Amino acid sequence: MTWLRIVLMAAPVFAASLDSLALAQGGVDQRRSGYQDMSPALQQMEDDEMSNPGMLFVQAGAALWKQPAGKAGKSCADCHGAVDTSMKGVATRYPEIPKGMATPVDLDGRIELCRTTQQQAGKPAPESADLLALAAYVTYASRGLPISPPADPRLAPFRAEGEAMFKRREGQLNLSCANCHDTNAGKKLAGALIPQAHPTGYPIYRLEWQTLGSLKRRLRNCLIGMRTDAYAYDAPQYVALELYLMDRAKGMKLEGIGIRP
Amino acid sequence: MAGRRAFLAGAAMVTLLPFEAAQATPEALAEAIREVAGGAAVREGKVKLDVPPLIENGNTVPLTVSVDHPMTEEDFVKAIHVFNEKNPQPHVFSAALAPRNGRATIGTRIKLADTQKVVAVAETSKGEFWSASAVVIVTIAACIEDVN
Amino acid sequence: MTNALIKAPKTAKRGETIEIKALIQHPMETGFRPGTNGRMIPRNIIEHFSAAWNGEEIFRMTFSPAIAANPFVSFFTVVRDSGTVVLRWTGDQDFRVEESIAIAVT
Repeated sequence: MTWLRIVLMAAPVFAASLDSLALAQGGVDQRRSGYQDMSPALQQMEDDEMSNPGMLFVQAGAALWKQPAGKAGKSCADCHGAVDTSMKGVATRYPEIPKGMATPVDLDGRIELCRTTQQQAGKPAPESADLLALAAYVTYASRGLPISPPADPRLAPFRAEGEAMFKRREGQLNLSCANCHDTNAGKKLAGALIPQAHPTGYPIYRLEWQTLGSLKRRLRNCLIGMRTDAYAYDAPQYVALELYLMDRAKGMKLEGIGIRP
Repeated sequence: MAGRRAFLAGAAMVTLLPFEAAQATPEALAEAIREVAGGAAVREGKVKLDVPPLIENGNTVPLTVSVDHPMTEEDFVKAIHVFNEKNPQPHVFSAALAPRNGRATIGTRIKLADTQKVVAVAETSKGEFWSASAVVIVTIAACIEDVN
Repeated sequence: MTNALIKAPKTAKRGETIEIKALIQHPMETGFRPGTNGRMIPRNIIEHFSAAWNGEEIFRMTFSPAIAANPFVSFFTVVRDSGTVVLRWTGDQDFRVEESIAIAVT
């Protein structure tokens, strides 16, 4: 992969970032969702709710939503009522800092908090079927809505850390996220089109996984691809990175359950 | 009902195939088609095989087979078989049809291990065999869970 | 409880040709993938899918390991009488799932 390192190190030092692209060219938004970079066959698979395998997880989430759980014997519905009213817009605003806490959590983390503190059930394992199903069901309630990071000033240092991570070169290939997803988005990496990496479809049904998975799982795949250490699942780095990514994708629409290669 | 019994026998053959036969080849593909057609000629035509020319991941390739042929009691498509060229084994699926289907069209999603040819064969109640083939280019996603 | 999604019209006219689509959650493990210990992960697939309208078979399909995970099938059938369509999937590890839908004929 040495050729890759040479190509990417030769890229301009002051690479155009998507923050500037969003406002460049007289205000035309240059940002593209990974959906737009897929072939028509996969776009159709995502659009058709009967064909999109992610919808199986939404259905599972609908059943879990009504199921009493934990020592408290409460279901999500007992507190939150109908998902389409109570959860509408919620997925557009995460990560956020829950009441009474000091650090941000992502949507999975918020669901975990409900599970453990409100329902007094056990903490769901990362990428567990139940957690993914609930995340899918809650995110589905925000489909079509624009990504709207909250204006909470306390999030600023975490978001800044995420931005630094995105731009920092690491690993055996000395690559940063920005090298691929800002500077070389739209070009090919060994036959695969490099997307701009906006979290518009998460949780996604990734064809490579043949199942639904979270943004964290996808970020871990990136880190493995970059030949650097993938942080543990509960590491704060993922939340920081997601904060930056959601801000970078501000205003772009959430797709519901995305399909990605 | 002889047609249906023959199909079921064919279906049993699919499940009994030795999966240790690790690599399908163009020869295995031809053999699998011969098994279904017996000695009958397999002609190109009537079958429309709808697959994307390129797919970004071989795990889930949408595929639709439709046959331009009547579905009447006198003359109908009684089976559709789909084969591949480079997966570990050459079969994809077999389906039994009858006039009551109204339309000989089946949609599903398949796995393709690599860029390869896919062949669909339709069998009619009069013993005719019609086929179509298509090549699907399979690319691999970047940044996956395996370090390779 | 296995998760399945079925799409068919709730009502149809006698003689009309309708499409039935079915999606079911299943890993469709081919038996050709090496696991982390280098040995093949054992095969675990759905082998047979069938549909019956008021007990009479209207479609039958045999899957190979080349059918994608979370298998999707669509097929057509000519509408006769009001009733129940039963979809059945069977496969490895005693997998057996049945789902029913009602279709009213006008």
